[in-house]
Amino acid sequence: MDKFQTLHSTAVPLPLENIDTDQIIPARFLKSTTREGFGANLFADWRYASDGQPKHGFVLNDTRYHGQILLAGQNFGCGSSREHAAWALYDAGFKVVISSYFADIFRGNALNTGLLPLQVTEEVLQRLVARVTHYPNTQLVVDLPAQTLTVPVWEESIGFDLDPYKKECLINGYDDIDYLLSQQAAITTYEQQRPWNF
Amino acid sequence: MAKSLFDKIWESHVVKAIPGGLEVFYIDRHLIHEVTSPQAFDELRERGLPLLRPAQIVATADHNVPTRNQHLPIQDPISRSQVDKLTENCASFGVELFGLGHENQGIVHVIGPELGLTQPGMTIVCGDSHTSTHGAFGAIAFGIGTSQVTQVMATQCLLLSRPKRMRITVDGELRPGVTAKDLILHIIAQLGTGGATGYFVEYAGSAIRALSMEGRMTVCNMSIEMGARGGLIAPDATTYAYLQGRPYAPQGERWEQALAYWQTLYSDDDAEFEAELTFDAADIAPMITYGTNPGMGIALTGHIPPQVPAGEAASFDKSLQYMGFQPGESLLGKEINYVFIGSCTNSRIEDLRAVAAYVQGKHKAAHVEAIIVPGSKSVEKQAIAEGLDKILAQAGFELREPGCSACLAMNDDKIPAGAYCVSTSNRNFEGRQGPGARTLLASPLVAAITAVEGRIVDITQYLN
Repeated sequence: MDKFQTLHSTAVPLPLENIDTDQIIPARFLKSTTREGFGANLFADWRYASDGQPKHGFVLNDTRYHGQILLAGQNFGCGSSREHAAWALYDAGFKVVISSYFADIFRGNALNTGLLPLQVTEEVLQRLVARVTHYPNTQLVVDLPAQTLTVPVWEESIGFDLDPYKKECLINGYDDIDYLLSQQAAITTYEQQRPWNF
Repeated sequence: MAKSLFDKIWESHVVKAIPGGLEVFYIDRHLIHEVTSPQAFDELRERGLPLLRPAQIVATADHNVPTRNQHLPIQDPISRSQVDKLTENCASFGVELFGLGHENQGIVHVIGPELGLTQPGMTIVCGDSHTSTHGAFGAIAFGIGTSQVTQVMATQCLLLSRPKRMRITVDGELRPGVTAKDLILHIIAQLGTGGATGYFVEYAGSAIRALSMEGRMTVCNMSIEMGARGGLIAPDATTYAYLQGRPYAPQGERWEQALAYWQTLYSDDDAEFEAELTFDAADIAPMITYGTNPGMGIALTGHIPPQVPAGEAASFDKSLQYMGFQPGESLLGKEINYVFIGSCTNSRIEDLRAVAAYVQGKHKAAHVEAIIVPGSKSVEKQAIAEGLDKILAQAGFELREPGCSACLAMNDDKIPAGAYCVSTSNRNFEGRQGPGARTLLASPLVAAITAVEGRIVDITQYLN
């Protein structure tokens, strides 16, 4: 997993609520058996017409908007557990998704992919969406060690929560599996001492 | 201290608590399939790691398999390669596989329970969000991503934060024509598609107790559709009767030991829940969805909301535009082109029986294409043994071979753009059943009546 420290970037606004993982990466693109290449089909049915031409009006086809931060409505990533959704966002160049809350499985998948799910209040989200929509070149700064999202033009820094262990993992590029493997002895002891056995 | 059912199972699976709140959490049973496992096997190879407990993993091919001519090689080369990869991985890592053609093959959440692999008190994971289905047996079961699939393969554990607890109590009796599917669609419509995010739900109350195991599975299956991490129901005599004698269920003395343990799995009287909701079963009507998330449901005879809160207007308008519906309108009389009966939500023998019982001696409307995809080879075999295949064929329904099929349309079973499909599956997301497809979620009974009438009707007028 790549390391994450700080990110200075503009953002792409997609202020719809309940964006599900079937929209992020439709099921027909899940036939690949590798982790790479899903970015080309990110939001495929919103982004492309059936003949493959870009759809006008979808934000990823709007040259005014670009950057490594996606601004999305509440309950982002609901639905299927497919980690391919997080891979597709990451593969397409996104490093952070900002929303007022995330679906549980997506949040975990994003963290395991090195994609930061950054939760803000609904009020902050709405202000960010309004700002970025009208001023696409607005710079945002995500400082992971400090756990702040800064909007320099507002002279405002907004704190965000993150589990301290997951924070260390992101900063250092560690996977959960490294930690779990280090717990092998405890796991074996647990198996031997469990009160019942199926 | 009083504990909930969830607390009892969760706490007995904590290997270690680590500072900051995460826990090393032990997994008893790991179910895998062809779509979310190949990258996990590859990562094990890259890291040179073995499977820690191969005997605790069971595999099947379901998401991306054809539902016709399963005895022939899969025609789509990319799909075939994905299914072949599962076969190769299971062979080289020593995992039991119920692949295409095997008598135990089927949708992963259908075969687990019917083989007795799913048992009370267990922790069960699968790289699929509908793993919550197994909670019907009083298990903690939930969907995981592929990185977590790798973690469980290598260590039989996950690093998790403990979800909050919610109890949903449904008391009273369901009215005629109202099924487990309507019950859960009603609850999701009340809570919304994200309303249980962060929670693990226990379903309780006399209406839940009265459900068969198939009905309980339908309810727990859709827990994820309101954002819950999972859902579970305390095991009882219905659960034990279902499990006894199943191939992987404990036998003999081990059955008695297991039973003694299972009987301790219930929420104590004073158990704490961060959220409690109650419903009256008599308030629940046959349901249908009108929008593009499972929370957008109404009674069949109801109306689409005329307006929604300002913050949700963009999604609501987009959704109705996709579906071709107007705010405030009724769905009664809308013509339907497709009926799909299947998926891990409603493809069990009880579902097929409900459909066959209604359509016997009737015929689907001429403009409707109706397919039934059984959840497993075992369901298919049972349906044939009971003569349901003939009843369905005479009614113009096509009985296919098992798989996830048009629930997510990874294979060739797709609904055309713009067409309306009444579906017994779990998700009505845009494009879920094929690009541009318009899905209306409903029970198998509603689906059967819709297929015969060719349009949305008030089913209570059609019941004997």
